[in-house]
Amino acid sequence: MSSNLKVPILSEMLAAGETPDILFWVGCSGSFDDRAKKITKAIVKILNHVNIKFAILGAEEGCTGDPAKRSGNEFLYQMQAMQNITVMNGYGVKKIVTGCPHCFNTIKNEYPALGGNYEVVHHTQLVQELINQGKLTVSGGAFKGKKIVFHDPCYLGRANDVYEAPRDVISKLDVELAEMKRSKANGFCCGAGGAQMFKEAEKGNKEVNVERAEEALELKPDVIAVGCPFCNTMMTDGVKHFNKEEKTKVLDVAELIANANDL
Amino acid sequence: MFSSIIFILLLLASTIFFIKNVKKIKRNILLGKDVQFEGSRKERLKTMLLVAFGQQKMFAKPLPAILHFFLYAAFVITQVELIEIIVDGISGHHRFFREPLGGFYTFVISFIEILSVLAFIGTVAFLARRNLLKLPRLNMKELLGWPMMDANLILIMEIILICFIFMMNGADEVLYNRGMSHASEYGSGSFNFSISKFIGPLIYGGMSDGGLFVIERIGWWGHIIMVFSFLCYLPFSKHLHIVLAFPNTYFSNLSSKGKFSTLDSVTDVVAPNFDTAYQPKTDPNNPQRFGVKDVQDLTWKNLLDAYSCTECGRCTSACPQNATGKLLSPRKIMMDTRDRLEEVGKNIDLNGGTFVDDGKSLLRDYISTEEIWACNTCNACVQACPVNINPLEIIVEMRRYLVMEESQNPSELTNMFSNLENNGAPWQFSPSDRANWVNEA
Repeated sequence: MSSNLKVPILSEMLAAGETPDILFWVGCSGSFDDRAKKITKAIVKILNHVNIKFAILGAEEGCTGDPAKRSGNEFLYQMQAMQNITVMNGYGVKKIVTGCPHCFNTIKNEYPALGGNYEVVHHTQLVQELINQGKLTVSGGAFKGKKIVFHDPCYLGRANDVYEAPRDVISKLDVELAEMKRSKANGFCCGAGGAQMFKEAEKGNKEVNVERAEEALELKPDVIAVGCPFCNTMMTDGVKHFNKEEKTKVLDVAELIANANDL
Repeated sequence: MFSSIIFILLLLASTIFFIKNVKKIKRNILLGKDVQFEGSRKERLKTMLLVAFGQQKMFAKPLPAILHFFLYAAFVITQVELIEIIVDGISGHHRFFREPLGGFYTFVISFIEILSVLAFIGTVAFLARRNLLKLPRLNMKELLGWPMMDANLILIMEIILICFIFMMNGADEVLYNRGMSHASEYGSGSFNFSISKFIGPLIYGGMSDGGLFVIERIGWWGHIIMVFSFLCYLPFSKHLHIVLAFPNTYFSNLSSKGKFSTLDSVTDVVAPNFDTAYQPKTDPNNPQRFGVKDVQDLTWKNLLDAYSCTECGRCTSACPQNATGKLLSPRKIMMDTRDRLEEVGKNIDLNGGTFVDDGKSLLRDYISTEEIWACNTCNACVQACPVNINPLEIIVEMRRYLVMEESQNPSELTNMFSNLENNGAPWQFSPSDRANWVNEA
């Protein structure tokens, strides 16, 4: 079944003689992970709703190389990076929005050294910009008055000092925005970063995601909002660990906006 | 005259000893590889002023920050009095600056006395929370033995030093009250120093003149001997941070914390596949090891970091892996780096200036692979450090060595690597399926 989403592929768009204003970098998680695909669609719904001229790379997109780089495999990272840079430079890409803070960080901060210079924003920053420009009007919808706590993704927050964009967007929903004790610059990792997503944890007395979910659940929120597909997985598992999945949902900021406004 | 000679000898001996050891530390730090820094000199100075001089990051925890600030301010301001002590010690004068400076002198010494009392309170509080309250981050296993001793020793030295200051000024005050001050031309009166004008008479008021002279001299000599001892001890202690915090923050990373270094030696291999006109950036005749196995593979900034660490453990208490019982402790990474570097330095000293392979390395002999693989690269340790030390860089460099030189990584990561190589994604999905989500319900 085909959805109503309009998702142009960059190569086809260019072949038709059109250029997009922005490239939507979907990321591996957003492309292949069933839960993360819903976030991807929420982002597309927002982009479609405001009629932004965007495109995706489709089959020409490859992993940014982030997990390889964080685990020390610089060869593999640079192979991935240069492949992506060659594709994007070939198409004259200038501005990128990513659905994942890891892709965001890698393309923004690490691609320039290899010849990839783009203006890169995280999707929460783009949504904030759209709201501020008056292109997107949001209301709280079903979330109105609900208690929402935002978990900072390390690669959006500490790594790039983006703390306000997601909070600003959430606050537009007329909700009670709660803060964990460890938030913003002192945010506590979900446990996925540094390629931990792809391996078993070392011996210890607790899983990092359980520790973090516990901290969030102490606030008894209706929603734990995240801005990263990996945080999403980790926090969802953490909430399940405490059997609270009925009471507390884990949702991406893009999903909050799309759901609240029936996009 | 005799005391002047003793003083000059002590001053020279401790200064020479200090310089000799500082040179060794400098030599050790420069064993590290060169590194490029981003950001202008102005930005660097600003960071240094805010973070080191202004102790900006300490204030993330306000109470210890205030107590620490008392010690810091007392230490800095006391240097003014130290100048006088050195002048008096060499020349045989008593309170050399009192007459030329007049009221300003009274103000400065009074200020020092108030700060000394505050520093005394801070020191006692620090000893108490370390030894009685057993603050978790100050009682972790990497601190057992010498590090704990080092921390307590310096706090006790500080307390003794402050006691000597008040013995000196207190007894001198009483002597002056009686017209018996060392500086006979003063006549009789009060120095009017904020604290000692009260506690001097209170504690020493009943003592004989002879006793007071002895107490005053014990205070004076005790004070300066503590200062000389501190100078000699500093290069062996974690308290080197009082000096190195300044250069270390000056050379802070000023770019985004998420930006990891790009290895040019790798680019030289990878880039020609994409750009036939690519010019290599590194010298092919001088191949370098990928990543870090031992301290010589680190940059000199990493090594400066290690000497700047005062083992406060803010990094470790912010670390998600440490908080959940894993072996990784960013503080231990820094302590191990310094310990290994000192070992390498001693090896160089013993072997006439060159390092002779001792069969050991920072990785494995000091830092285990279990620690290295536990890291989330979340930058919490980097954020937490009050003097901008970066333990994460060392961890990632060691991963680079393990992966690229030894192919020793957790087996699940090998799967992830091969998926990336074959499918351009960390999981086993075909790249041609990447946009399938568009048409899925």
